[in-house]
Amino acid sequence: MASAAVAGHSNMKSSHLASLTPQWMNSEVLTGTSIMAVEFDGGVVVGADSRTSMGTYVSNRVTDKLTRVTDRIYCCRSGSAADTQAIADIVSSHMEILEVKLGEPPLVQVAANTFKEICYNYRDMLMAGIIVAGWDKSKGGQVYTIPLGGMMVRQPIAIGGSGSTYVWGHIDAAYQPNMNQEETVDFVRKTLTLALTRDGSSGGVVRVAVITKDGVDRRVFLHNELPEFYQG
Amino acid sequence: MAVPGVCLQDFPLWSGGPTPGHFYNFPGNSKMNTGKSHTMYPSTSGTSVVGLVYDGGVMLAADSLGSYGSLARFRDVKRLFKVTDKAALACSGDIADYQFIREVIEQKVRDDVCGGYTRELNAGALHCWLTRVLYNRRSRFDPLWLECVVAGYKDDEPFLGYVDKIGTAFEAKEVATGFGLHFAVPMIREAREKKQNLSCDEARKLLTECLKVLYYRDCRAHFKYQLADITPEGVTIHDDLNLKKETNWEVANYISGYE
Repeated sequence: MASAAVAGHSNMKSSHLASLTPQWMNSEVLTGTSIMAVEFDGGVVVGADSRTSMGTYVSNRVTDKLTRVTDRIYCCRSGSAADTQAIADIVSSHMEILEVKLGEPPLVQVAANTFKEICYNYRDMLMAGIIVAGWDKSKGGQVYTIPLGGMMVRQPIAIGGSGSTYVWGHIDAAYQPNMNQEETVDFVRKTLTLALTRDGSSGGVVRVAVITKDGVDRRVFLHNELPEFYQG
Repeated sequence: MAVPGVCLQDFPLWSGGPTPGHFYNFPGNSKMNTGKSHTMYPSTSGTSVVGLVYDGGVMLAADSLGSYGSLARFRDVKRLFKVTDKAALACSGDIADYQFIREVIEQKVRDDVCGGYTRELNAGALHCWLTRVLYNRRSRFDPLWLECVVAGYKDDEPFLGYVDKIGTAFEAKEVATGFGLHFAVPMIREAREKKQNLSCDEARKLLTECLKVLYYRDCRAHFKYQLADITPEGVTIHDDLNLKKETNWEVANYISGYE
């Protein structure tokens, strides 16, 4: 099986070798993707595109890549759809048991560490780039990013997936710390729009979830309502 | 036949000729042994082209994207062009090869005008010529990495043809390249089953629907597109069309999670 590069996608130079086997055999279902999460005072905003691709075919144009781990912790999934779904299910089940043991909702750091344990110990068998974000009463809104090798680090803003390559410059230039909730949602929406219009493996709608102590507010920005940028 | 102590290299068959057990590069075929070979893979490429014959003419559509691998690099590339009043050409595949063949064809048309030929290059002749060129290049292992759709008129009959980088060529009433073959052609055939002769408006709506579906389902598609309408009166190319506002994403509201 062809070893794919970071978080999906096609290396055009390998196309003449790939013609030795039919393309459907080399294209596992990937969420070649654009995902991000941003902390703000009082919570976090997580966002993702909605395209799942198999090679160059869009197998799902309205995917939900924002997965619930607990009521106040969500994760954004990029990489292999199967791997990330399996890991998210396992961590979610662990957190459920932990909540019963502790008598209170688990901390975001604990969930992030559980993701990390799996992603690190099985790093050679998995292709999963995950961003864990949520709110808990000890540290408020937190974002932890777990890229491909299984390291984990907390960041005020994290981007991931194949589409993220196109917006590193944009977030470096445009991110301001201490934005309020609506400014953060707007920033996430703009950044993901920029990423998904350039990345062939990302597209569709922009799904956003705002997580605060009061709960989770899920929003969808439909594709034909996304902001327009330079179209050259 | 081996004589001990003597090796075959001491007795060349004839100077500059083939050596047994080795590859022989025939003279005059410089493409094989110089390091220079290009287009064994496309670099910046365009995706599907769709065309159909309707009652009163032929219509062609292609989106305006040049993809650099998975990067949507050039979003205003014109992949469709008017050759003469009787023919239009659209290509998918390598954009550099498309620009090359376009310049060759444009020069051909100029030469015809300057030479005073009264017979204008029509779609059938263009299709035939293009097939020969692409097949010849393929036979020299230096293909023009293109899938072309030629649309227009041939002797007062509407003409629609397909030519491939390996020289596959055919004519049909509905033709498409790439993903269009899998999505658009069945859609057009289904519409024709209900109504044999499509009017101009119906054809345009159908083509736009095809491009919309391709935008949903092809990773390398874009919402900006061009449309060419070839009638007995001539060729009209509509540029800078945009289907983003017509796409329907309502279904996204009903999906939550993956179970």
